[in-house]
Amino acid sequence: MNQIRTVNTESRGVRWTLMALAFAFLFFFLGLPLLSVFAEAFRQGFGPYWQALAEPETLAAIWLTVFVALAVLPLNILFGVATAWAVAKFEFRGKSLLTTLLDLPFAVSPVVAGLLFILIFGRQGWFGPWLAAHDIKIIFALPGMIIATMFITVPYIARELIPLMQSQGKDEEEAAVSLGASGWQMFWRVSLPNIKWGLLYGVILSNARAMGEFGAVSVVSGHIRGETNTLPLHVEILYNEYNSVGAFAAASVLALLALVTLVAKTFVEWRMQKETDMLNAVLPPEKTTATN
Amino acid sequence: MTSKKHHVLPGFGLSLGYSLVYLSLLVLIPLAGLVARSAELSWAQFWQIATAERALAAYRVTFGTAFIAACVNGVFGLIVAWVLVRYEFFGKKLVDAFVDLPFALPTAVAGITLTTLYANTGWVGQILEGWLGFKVAFTPAGIVVALIFIGIPFVVRTVQPVIEDIEPEVEEAAASLGASRWQTFHRVLFPALFPALLTGFTLSFSRAVGEYGSVIFIAGNMPMVSEITPLLIISKLEQYDLPGATVLAVVMLVISFVLLLSINLLQWWTASRHTGRHVDEGAQA
Amino acid sequence: MSIEVKNISKRFGNFVALDNISLEIPTGELVALLGPSGCGKTTLLRIIAGMESADTGQVLFHGEEATHVHTRERQVGFVFQHYALFRHMSVFENVAFGLRVKPRAERPSEGEIRERVMKLLKLVQLDWLAERYPSQLSGGQRQRIALARALAVEPKVLLLDEPFGALDTQVRKELRRWLRHLHDEMHIASVFVTHDQEEALEVADRVVVMNKGHIEQLGTPDEVYSAPATPFVYRFLGNVNVFHSRVHGQWAEVDRAAHVAKDDALAFVRPHDIEIQRESSAGALSASVLHVQAIGPLVRVEVEHQGEIFEVELTRERHNQLALTAGETVWLRPRNLRVFQGEQMVSSQTFDLGAGI
Repeated sequence: MNQIRTVNTESRGVRWTLMALAFAFLFFFLGLPLLSVFAEAFRQGFGPYWQALAEPETLAAIWLTVFVALAVLPLNILFGVATAWAVAKFEFRGKSLLTTLLDLPFAVSPVVAGLLFILIFGRQGWFGPWLAAHDIKIIFALPGMIIATMFITVPYIARELIPLMQSQGKDEEEAAVSLGASGWQMFWRVSLPNIKWGLLYGVILSNARAMGEFGAVSVVSGHIRGETNTLPLHVEILYNEYNSVGAFAAASVLALLALVTLVAKTFVEWRMQKETDMLNAVLPPEKTTATN
Repeated sequence: MTSKKHHVLPGFGLSLGYSLVYLSLLVLIPLAGLVARSAELSWAQFWQIATAERALAAYRVTFGTAFIAACVNGVFGLIVAWVLVRYEFFGKKLVDAFVDLPFALPTAVAGITLTTLYANTGWVGQILEGWLGFKVAFTPAGIVVALIFIGIPFVVRTVQPVIEDIEPEVEEAAASLGASRWQTFHRVLFPALFPALLTGFTLSFSRAVGEYGSVIFIAGNMPMVSEITPLLIISKLEQYDLPGATVLAVVMLVISFVLLLSINLLQWWTASRHTGRHVDEGAQA
Repeated sequence: MSIEVKNISKRFGNFVALDNISLEIPTGELVALLGPSGCGKTTLLRIIAGMESADTGQVLFHGEEATHVHTRERQVGFVFQHYALFRHMSVFENVAFGLRVKPRAERPSEGEIRERVMKLLKLVQLDWLAERYPSQLSGGQRQRIALARALAVEPKVLLLDEPFGALDTQVRKELRRWLRHLHDEMHIASVFVTHDQEEALEVADRVVVMNKGHIEQLGTPDEVYSAPATPFVYRFLGNVNVFHSRVHGQWAEVDRAAHVAKDDALAFVRPHDIEIQRESSAGALSASVLHVQAIGPLVRVEVEHQGEIFEVELTRERHNQLALTAGETVWLRPRNLRVFQGEQMVSSQTFDLGAGI
């Protein structure tokens, strides 16, 4: 950040007031809640905290959360890369319609998202009777939770990659092709290395959302303890049972996940910034070497 | 794609095809399904459910609280973004990263934490309720608190890059022409920031309207008073009133569309204002 | 390998980028595509490379149809304006890329690859940078690496898109000479796109002057400069004075053709083709000196004739003889002029003015 210029800043009093307001706001609305998660979790000391976490149902919820996130991830990566490739490297009619469509899951309420799949796969849904006849469970079972999570997290990776790939242009890929590279060689050797940090960034965001999703999953899960309870849903159950330590212990795991996400995100941002800085850096001075 | 078009880069058909199939199966068809299901009802039935007293109250709560929260976020988001860009202080990078906490923290965690904090036994609730007699948890005020929490990064992250992009020369020019700092802000800087601020406001509002996880714990969920629309959808679902849930979902969906559209328009407006200067540097054929 | 382009047309929406272009480039020739931005030169280059497809027309390599051959198989070396180096690969890996992606059967061994890459890096005199990354190189170095990378696959044709466009003047000059030298060693057909007339005139064997999707003139650098085929070429390649033949009736005495020409006939004269004289002579125009400025080896004199301003370039020697000052009246005579009526040239005349004075 370059030096603030003298003319362009407020008087000391205004500066301090604004800073005080900003800090107070951030403290009350972000800092305090985060602190209180851990304070509540450890209210009765480390022992009960640990016990609460070691509950088989809590452990099952943790595993289910990880499982759902891992199941969704590869599909999202594939979709994100494919969409970004089509949108960033080619011109076609209806492109802006596609990018708007991509934003839809961001705009739709998670509860509505869950409902969509109840209407399709639920007992009174389109495929409900057929699924029941073949004894396939989607709603109130794992597949439904995975589908709902997919819906919620669809845009993240593509949204991250599209501007990145657009800014990189097509030159490097065209150069690779003109040098004789096949499609796969071009993709693996040139395109993918160029977008790896952006991809990772998208993965981090999409993963945080997948693991933390509550509304959509809540609608389709059926809240079967130890079976279709992800960690966020388990937090709700424990909380409603007035098991405060249990609920906050589970919540602290998710809060920790959030902190890890923030750290990872900041690191990747820093890496990406470094890469753009390097590309935009002032070129080293030309050394004119005599040609033979 | 009319004529047989030849692309140098491979994978256009494959990637676009995959993308469209995936989006259709996961997003488009389910959404179309929702609309189709609601069409099974007659218009009168639809209207009756959509405008039932309890539904109207739920809309009022949802949009009222979302609007207040988005306003608060608009004001404080601007201040936070300004402080983060313009002032130097210890731990700035940390604070900057921390602003994204609501993106990363699962909403259920935010919900139970805020409830505990603002309940009459909590750290904040004790003070507000005990000393000032202001009840927050289990009232609409609690909903506003939760919605402020989840919406704040939207405003900060939309406004921040625009403040960063303001060329210092603009302010110096204003100052050299005799403008006071306040005049410079409200005549030069604020108009430049306004589209971004409005976009951030709309994003925050749009997210708040659909929010469920962080709200249900703190809201108290009293029908007619502190029941939000998403919760009403869920309670209809739990009573196996699928048509009722569908109708409310369609109402929410239409509103989401409108909001999404206005966000896109706003962003287009912001972008065209920013790039308008460079029209003549068009690409070379 | 020779390149032949036949009746190529290309539109982007309503914009006609190329309008029925035909062109032949024999092996061993270095050709410049010269024109203002938007004239279609880059599009033509990309069509030759197979990176863009023409709406109609053919591209032939060595007499063989190549219109529908994929870029990958065309064996063209393409050098991009902004280098397009692979940013995450070292210089060595960049140059080796084309060899590494060959099918297993044709791929050279690791040792051969190393040998060939180092040979190329020596050729571009940057072997000492092999382990660096593109972001650590200067613009001129990047462009030379891009060229080495294109040459690694032993292309039959070398295509360069504004190869020196992004470099400073000094480096440009050096790289130009160097490109010429390199081309002469390779014995291939090379085409480069440029909007810089000096670059085109200095480096190329032949220059293709393009404007609005069609070829204005094709010729040696000397031909296009001294005998421009159209007013556009006149204006694009260097400075020119335009005299309205009818308005300035006195020029008719110098140039009778202009007298015959219709209303809109224009006479084009390069600033260095105007002689300034102190005394009136048959056919000379009177003008008053507005401004005299020495620019490097030349002296530029601005003169006014009947309300219009013209530029004359004199050598320093000649200027010292004349010792012009602002405000004085002088006489102008052309050495070399061409008269155009619309796009059509109606006369071209050269006058022997002797030693001047």
